[in-house]
Amino acid sequence: MSDYRLVDLVICAAAQAWRDDGEVLATGIGVVPRLAASLCMKAINTDLMMTDSEAWLVSEPVPVGPRGGYQPRVETWMGFSRIFDNVWGGRRHAMVGPTQIDRFGQANISCIGSDYRRPKAQMLGVRGFPGNSINHANSFFVPNHNSKVFVAGEVDMVASIGYNPARLPKGYTFADVDIRWIITNLCVLDFEGPDRQIRIRSLHPGVSVDDVVSNTGFPLCVPENIPVTPEPSKAQLDLLALLDPRDLRATAMGA
Amino acid sequence: MLGSNLRMGLTMDKRMTAAQAIAGLRDGMTIGIGGWGPRRKPMALVRELLRSDLKDLTIVAYGGADVGMLCAAGKVRKVVFAFVSLDFIPLEPYFRAARQNGAIDVMEIDEGMFLLGLKAAAMRTSFIPTRIGLGTDVLKYNPGIKVIDSPYDDKAWVAMPALPLDAALLHVDRADARGVCQICGPDHYMDDLFARAADKVFVSCDEIVDTEFFADPAQARQVFWERAQTTGVVHLPGGAHPSSCAPLYGFDAKHFKEYAASAKEAGGWSQYFDRYVACGEEEYLNRVGGLAAIRQLPLPVF
Repeated sequence: MSDYRLVDLVICAAAQAWRDDGEVLATGIGVVPRLAASLCMKAINTDLMMTDSEAWLVSEPVPVGPRGGYQPRVETWMGFSRIFDNVWGGRRHAMVGPTQIDRFGQANISCIGSDYRRPKAQMLGVRGFPGNSINHANSFFVPNHNSKVFVAGEVDMVASIGYNPARLPKGYTFADVDIRWIITNLCVLDFEGPDRQIRIRSLHPGVSVDDVVSNTGFPLCVPENIPVTPEPSKAQLDLLALLDPRDLRATAMGA
Repeated sequence: MLGSNLRMGLTMDKRMTAAQAIAGLRDGMTIGIGGWGPRRKPMALVRELLRSDLKDLTIVAYGGADVGMLCAAGKVRKVVFAFVSLDFIPLEPYFRAARQNGAIDVMEIDEGMFLLGLKAAAMRTSFIPTRIGLGTDVLKYNPGIKVIDSPYDDKAWVAMPALPLDAALLHVDRADARGVCQICGPDHYMDDLFARAADKVFVSCDEIVDTEFFADPAQARQVFWERAQTTGVVHLPGGAHPSSCAPLYGFDAKHFKEYAASAKEAGGWSQYFDRYVACGEEEYLNRVGGLAAIRQLPLPVF
């Protein structure tokens, strides 16, 4: 075992999300998801595609933070209009950070409160969530696992489609929706419970089932035997140091 | 004959002042604003709009401080948006306040639906079918967006309606007097679709060039719509400030912080308005440090 922090464990666990995706665009929004995608492209699924978070596909992940002398190795123009071409074709797996997630995997980054005309807190807006969720695979990152994020009812503004039978459009089945994992500061969740119920996939070292259940606003599928999330290897930690030379991840769990 | 006419210089000249461009707008119009968040926004034209008496506007934008300022100034009846953000300051403070006070109507849609709405208007079709929005509250809060049957399969489709614009405001790196516009940054965003979706298109530019400039195919390759789409060209160096106009200049993080901080003060907007808008564009450039300083602003790293 090497010395590591929670954020390192979370990034290494999240990096596994793209393991079997083949040649798709991996998009990680925020430091932790981006480092997870970068680590995956570098060491786990080297067929992944990533952008410089601006307008180019790059042949190797761009380290986060100020670039110093580093020049991104661009290979393909990828302006925003082209991102949508890719999204609509389905060859993408994004990892994003919703403000709220419900038991169906429906997610919200738009606004908080019961009155849409006058929300209690205006957040970003739905951004690309509706289009992402109906077109390609998605995973979520939650830095602070609690029942304000994992809400009891539906999220206040359903920005992305989930596994909710009441909202399934005509001609669609759950197979048309592809929500993979939710990586939090406590555990990894997936949707592999009965009828796509959210299930505890692994618990981070030292975290109990009760820690997770009591911080989640809805019932979870709790398997009898739950593995412990693997600790980062020395090789992974060395790679992370290259991908995040200024240690921006140190504060990325919200401390 | 043709040759001699050309030599006589009978070419059109779309150059105008910012005031002349804004005088082309009317109360109640639907106005698209190009750029994306804190990037290549026609902010000098927006400031001119802020100084005008225009009101009851519907603003269509991948929003940044353009939307926030117009909301703060009470110019806006409705915002069509997917996000309003300054990126490094994720939540636009004045847009946020307008929403939380229930001061504006909204049409909140996905970023890609937004593209399709502009595209539909540009194609002069009333809608484009898409799966985007299915199963989400975008449909619940926009009852005007219909879900339809397909003549070709048994699935539900969202009929994303066209988003026709009365006018579009855009900022580019360079333009000639006839309205040939060049964007040199790595992304032209959806500016070409804004230009095609609008009846009138007013474009500010950092530099005016002779038509001869575009004789080089490498320069002409960075022109994303035909000059027939351009109504007016306004020469406004630094006209995207405080947003970026890569590669000429990055966005002004210090200025955006000052702007965002003003939203926390009582009367903060009127102080910002007095200091940076009411003074006029020439004095604005002085107060933000001058054009030379703007051109030194580092390009952002994402």
